[in-house]
Amino acid sequence: MLAQLPLLAALPFGQLWYYLPLLVAISLVYGATRHELPGPILRHAWHTAVWMTTFIGAIFLIALVLTWLV
Amino acid sequence: MNEPPKKPAIPPVESLTIDLRNPWIAGFLAWLWPGAGHLYQRRYGKGLLFMACILAIFFFGLVLGQGRVVYAMHPANQDPAVGAGFGGIFTKFAAIAPLPFWLQAGTGLPAMPAVVQRMRVKGGGQPLFNNWMAPPRTTQELNSWHRQLNQRFDMGVLYTMIAGILNFFAIWDACAGPAPSEPVDPKKKKDPKKDDPKTPEPKPAT
Repeated sequence: MLAQLPLLAALPFGQLWYYLPLLVAISLVYGATRHELPGPILRHAWHTAVWMTTFIGAIFLIALVLTWLV
Repeated sequence: MNEPPKKPAIPPVESLTIDLRNPWIAGFLAWLWPGAGHLYQRRYGKGLLFMACILAIFFFGLVLGQGRVVYAMHPANQDPAVGAGFGGIFTKFAAIAPLPFWLQAGTGLPAMPAVVQRMRVKGGGQPLFNNWMAPPRTTQELNSWHRQLNQRFDMGVLYTMIAGILNFFAIWDACAGPAPSEPVDPKKKKDPKKDDPKTPEPKPAT
């Protein structure tokens, strides 16, 4: 059923890997602007990456539900 | 009676001080080449981290767009009109160079061949570097790049723009040191300074 939703069907899953390099770079640079030592930088980067992915995933889910409702 | 000094409830933590040397030189070097400002400040780890992350996504975007996604001049027949008011600020910038280039230029030297190409083309010469970062001659040529590269053109522009934005963060870090950080653990929200000992106090150059 999910696969029949237009949004999922139109999603270019093969191009989602473009997200990974950006996620890694943005998280690490952002973490490095907040801390000086490697440990806190990596911890902050991990939390930023999780937060970004969750945020984007939440928006995707909202769009998916709206598509399903309409 | 002399009372013995009371032990603090929370033992003092070791703080880290950073010698920013000359923040203006560091900031300029950080713009010129991502990470160079930190290397100048002897903050080698962060310098290499910034260099690797920012240059990697800049050049990855450039390769994705086959060297065409960074250009500093509109096609000859596509000069945008300059508007008025607050929005006019953007159109004024856009009249000088395409708006994406203003962000891409944040990476410094790696984006500067586009400026060389602009000067060459404006002077009536042929572009150098096998047309890398050369501006499109006409709107039709720009459209053909979009058709040919499809989404890779957009992704290339996005990657190179984000590289420039990230370098602005790195420049700020080189000039002023790490920004005050919120503690990651919600239990530690009461006193961020005490609980995040590894966030140093930036020390201005003497």
